[in-house]
Amino acid sequence: MMTGEPKIRIDGVSYAYDGKPALHDVTLDVPANAVTVFFGPAGGGKTTLLRLINRLNDLVEGTRMSGRILLDGRDIYAPDTDVPDLRRQVGMVFALPLPLPGTVRENVIYGLKLAGVRDRARLDETLFRSLTQAALWEEVKDRLDDPASALSGGQQQRLCIARSLALEPKVLLLDEPTSGLDPISTGKVEESLFQLKQDYTIVIVPHSVQQAARVADYAAFFLMGDLIEHRPNKEIFTTPRDQRTEDYVTGRFG
Amino acid sequence: MNRSLVQRLGFALLGLAALIVVVPILFVILTIIVRGAQAIDWEFLVAMPRDGMKAGGIFPAIVGTVLLTLGTAIAAIPVGVGGAIYLAEYARDTWLTRAIRLAIINLAGIPSVVYGLFGLGLFVLFLQFGTSILAGSLTLAIMTLPIIISAAEEALRAVPTEFRTVSASLGGTRWQGIRYIVLPQALPGIITGVILGMLRAAGETAPILFTVAAFFLPRLPQSAFDQTMALPYHLYVISTQVPGMPAEIQYGTALVLLALILSMSTVASVIRSYYRRRRQW
Repeated sequence: MMTGEPKIRIDGVSYAYDGKPALHDVTLDVPANAVTVFFGPAGGGKTTLLRLINRLNDLVEGTRMSGRILLDGRDIYAPDTDVPDLRRQVGMVFALPLPLPGTVRENVIYGLKLAGVRDRARLDETLFRSLTQAALWEEVKDRLDDPASALSGGQQQRLCIARSLALEPKVLLLDEPTSGLDPISTGKVEESLFQLKQDYTIVIVPHSVQQAARVADYAAFFLMGDLIEHRPNKEIFTTPRDQRTEDYVTGRFG
Repeated sequence: MNRSLVQRLGFALLGLAALIVVVPILFVILTIIVRGAQAIDWEFLVAMPRDGMKAGGIFPAIVGTVLLTLGTAIAAIPVGVGGAIYLAEYARDTWLTRAIRLAIINLAGIPSVVYGLFGLGLFVLFLQFGTSILAGSLTLAIMTLPIIISAAEEALRAVPTEFRTVSASLGGTRWQGIRYIVLPQALPGIITGVILGMLRAAGETAPILFTVAAFFLPRLPQSAFDQTMALPYHLYVISTQVPGMPAEIQYGTALVLLALILSMSTVASVIRSYYRRRRQW
C-alpha cells in the first residue's frame, strides 16, 4: 500500500512533558507527495507528534523523548543536526493565523531573509510563487506592502502557508490550520492543499473527522498518546479495524 | 439611605481623593514657574555663577547634569537591556535566576544615599576614579539599572510567545527571533523604562553627593575625571548652605531642573506613542 521509501519514518517515539506521558511508542511511516492526516480526540498526542517532526518542542523545557524520527533516512535528533536548517525543510502552519508584525511581503520573505538571501529578484520571484501556491496572490497582489494584520483571517492563514512555502520545504506540517476559519476560507485552504501535494509531503491535524475524510490520502488515528490505526483513507473511514476508531469516526465519542 | 445617594457620595469621595493628589502637585509646579520665571533670562542659562553664586548663571550645573545623564545612559542602557534580554529570553527558571530577579526588585528599593556611599567606596576610592563624572555616572547607572531591567524584561515578556515560535519554525535562530521580532515589538516599553531611569538619575542628589558633585566650580569639566556642578546638588547648596541667597535664583534653578525632566518625559511619551501606533497586534 506504500511505494518507495517513506519521507518521514517515526520509529518507536515516546514523549513526556513534566513526567506526564504524551506519546507511547508510536511507529509510523509518512509517504512522500501525499496528505497524511493525524486525527483523533483532543489530548491524543497529534500536535505533539507534529511538533516533534520539526523539533519545535525543543523550545519547551522539562520534556523527555525516546525513539527516532528519520527525514529521508536521516535521524533529525542526531547531535549534528542543523536545527534551523531542519525547520527550513519542514515547515509548520499553526492553528491560529499568526502573521508576524510587518507587511504581507515581509511575512513571506521573513524565512529567506533569516537564511541570508538578499537577492531582490529571487525574493520577488519567491513572493509571487509562494503566494500563488497558497491561492492568495490574486487577492493580495495590490496589497503586498500593507500590514499583514489588515488581511482577513482566512487570508492570514493562507499567508502563513505561503510564508512556509517560501522556504521550499520538503514537508509541510499543518496543525488544525482551519480551526479559526469560516467554511469558505476552509474550502480555499483545503483546495490549496490538493495543489500542494504534487510537490510537497503534507502532514495535517484536521479540525474535524469530516475534514480528515475530505483531505486524507493516508490517515492515522490517535487516542490518548497511542497510535491506534494507520491505513489509507478509504479503509480507515469506511471499515475501521479497531472498535475505538469505529466509535470515533461514527461520532460515538470525541 | 438609597442606593443612588450612596453612589453619588462614593463618586464625590473618589473625586476628592483625586483632587487631593493633584492640587499640591499643581501648586508646587505653579509656584516654581511663577517665581522661577523672574530669574530666568539668557545670562542665567549660559553664564557662570558670580558673587558666591548670588548672581550670574547656572550654566556649569546644567552642563553637569546633562553630562551625568548621558554618562549614566551610556553605562546603564547596554548592561540593563542586555541583562533584561538574558533574563526574559535565555535564562532558565532556576533558583539562581529567581535570586537575581529578587535582587533586582530589592535593589530598586534601596535608598539613593546608600548608592552614593557604595559609589564612593567602589569607584572613588577603591578604583581610584576620584570624585569625577566617571564615578558619578557609574554610581547613577547602578542606581538606575533595576528600573531599566525590570521595565525592559516586562516589555520583552509582553511580546506573545507565538512570535518566537513562528520565527523558529521558519528557520530562525533564537537570536534572530529576538533581533527581528521581539526587540522591535518591545522597544516602546524598553524606551519608557530607560527614560524613567534617566529621569531618576537626572534628579537625584544623594548618589552624586560624594562621587562627583562640586559645591562651587565656575568652569566646565575638561574630562571624565573632573568634578562638575549638577542641578539637584546646586539647588540643595543654594537653598541651605548659602546665607542671603536671593529666592529667585533658587526658584529659577528648580524651574530649569523641572523643565529638563519634564521635557525628557515628554520625549519619552512621544516616542512611545509613535511606536505604539506602528505596532500591529
